Amino acid sequence: MLHKTFVRAPEWEIVIGLEVHTQLSTSSKIFSGASTTYGAEPNTQADAVSIALPGVLPVLNKGAVERAIKFGLAVGAHIAPRSVFARKNYFYPDLPKGYQISQFDLPVVGQGALTIQVEPLSGNGKSYEKVVRITRAHLEEDAGKSLHEDFHGMTGIDLNRAGTPLLEIVSEPDMRSAAEAVAYAKTLHSLVRWIGICDGNMQEGSFRCDANVSVRRPGAALGTRREIKNLNSFKFMQQAIEYEAQWQIDTLENGGKIHQATVLFDSDKCETRAMRSKEEAHDYRYFPDPDLLPLDISPQWIEEVRATLPELPEAKRARYVSELGLSTYDADILTGSREMAGFFEAALTSLTPIPSPAGGRGEQAKLCANWLIGEVSAQLNRDGLDMVQCPISARQLGGMLKRIADSTISNAGAKEVFRTMWSEGGDADAIIEAKGLKQVSDSGAIEKLVDEIIAANPAQVAEYRSGKEKVFGFFVGLAMKASKGKANPAQLNEILKLKLTK
Amino acid sequence: MSLNIEDVHKVARLARLAMTEQEAQAAHIQLANIFGLIADMQAVDTKGITPMSHAQDVSQRLREDVVTETNQRELFQSIASQVEAGLYLVPQVIE
Repeated sequence: MLHKTFVRAPEWEIVIGLEVHTQLSTSSKIFSGASTTYGAEPNTQADAVSIALPGVLPVLNKGAVERAIKFGLAVGAHIAPRSVFARKNYFYPDLPKGYQISQFDLPVVGQGALTIQVEPLSGNGKSYEKVVRITRAHLEEDAGKSLHEDFHGMTGIDLNRAGTPLLEIVSEPDMRSAAEAVAYAKTLHSLVRWIGICDGNMQEGSFRCDANVSVRRPGAALGTRREIKNLNSFKFMQQAIEYEAQWQIDTLENGGKIHQATVLFDSDKCETRAMRSKEEAHDYRYFPDPDLLPLDISPQWIEEVRATLPELPEAKRARYVSELGLSTYDADILTGSREMAGFFEAALTSLTPIPSPAGGRGEQAKLCANWLIGEVSAQLNRDGLDMVQCPISARQLGGMLKRIADSTISNAGAKEVFRTMWSEGGDADAIIEAKGLKQVSDSGAIEKLVDEIIAANPAQVAEYRSGKEKVFGFFVGLAMKASKGKANPAQLNEILKLKLTK
Repeated sequence: MSLNIEDVHKVARLARLAMTEQEAQAAHIQLANIFGLIADMQAVDTKGITPMSHAQDVSQRLREDVVTETNQRELFQSIASQVEAGLYLVPQVIE
């Protein structure tokens, strides 16, 4: 047989690095005592420093530095004992000083890393773990907002946001697909909320992502990158990266060249487009800001901040798997937010106040996880609520789970208890009592009921006995109906099977 | 490092300074002198010395995270050339 060799072009590799601007959750601005509350009337929070009146001086906010340290510790990064603020010079009306105060060669947070769980976005790939390196994170001030709606052909400037503290978190170009970029962004998003340094509200711009995308043949040097600006949702991030990477591959395969550029994602047309950028636009002429002295961070301060760090999601996830025997999938969802994990732990504690032997606790943890990931999450979704607004407390849920665990109520009964709790409140025992949901586990009563059904349906009994086992469901249905849904399902099945085969 | 006249024009453009050719020539001489001064400083052996990032060897004082400013929009906007709906108006900028 003749061996035919196909010369196949090697695949392309996509290389992605992310820059994320997180708005720090301080009450006041990074360099002045003006408020940072979102949604205020235009310019009512723009003080003399925010609008850059001549003669004003910046004074650094301790709370912003603390949050930066917290982040650095959470990603295992080196905290610089001395970091420096620099001026990044450019002209734009929403930046009234003509420069942004940022950090350049001496940022507050050095190299760190973030472990991510990657869920493939399509196809039947398996999820996997990956470590993404963080290059650095630096403190800087936000700019104001330009409103281009028609003000007689002019632009309106709102400087309320000017001076809001930002921590810009820069990753290494370690991601190789849109799925990995999204997983990294989501993990980072949940981490900054977890440690309480940012509210993570993407609609309000508290968490803004820029993606640097390039493509190359595996093993080759990095290709020329284009930067996609202002991705304000994970869905847009995925779409924008996929489009951009494909565009670059097509361009290169057609003999074209990629030129470094800044592009915007048009979510209506689902495509990226280069911004018209002037020549020399990126010559920022950084230099140390003479208005600010170097920032010293003592080892003692770092330890003080470390003491305020909660157990981190990664450690919690591992503990849920090793101590409670949960699957990584469940552990992942339960550690998706600090509220979720807190709810889970509180519910589990009220379900088993005294930790029982590992096996029993594992089963109860699984029961608790199932209800939280299933019913509770579904109901929150339906009502458009988040975990903190959950109408059921962890103690209430734990009380109900206890009654499932000890077989007082069936799963169907539990659903009814849950619905009642959700809309009317109350504790499980009271609801079970009031609604008569206690399941019948008295075998005598169930046997009596089964006998009656068998006697009343001779035709179906004959069918079953002749091998049509499908009819079994019919009997279960009748028995459940007769017991008003209260018969213990496991017991009922057992008795029914026994009596039918007799 | 030497500075040529094109550099002067470039820096002027970045700083949004309009300069006549004559002004640029004058600035060129002044800037070149400053570069000379820098060259002198760079000739000093500074091996093993941590560069300072500020003329004074002290560190940044920090402010507690407390809101201390009140709304003074009316006062600040009284000197603005054009305002509307609480916004400062500027010539249209769309990139």
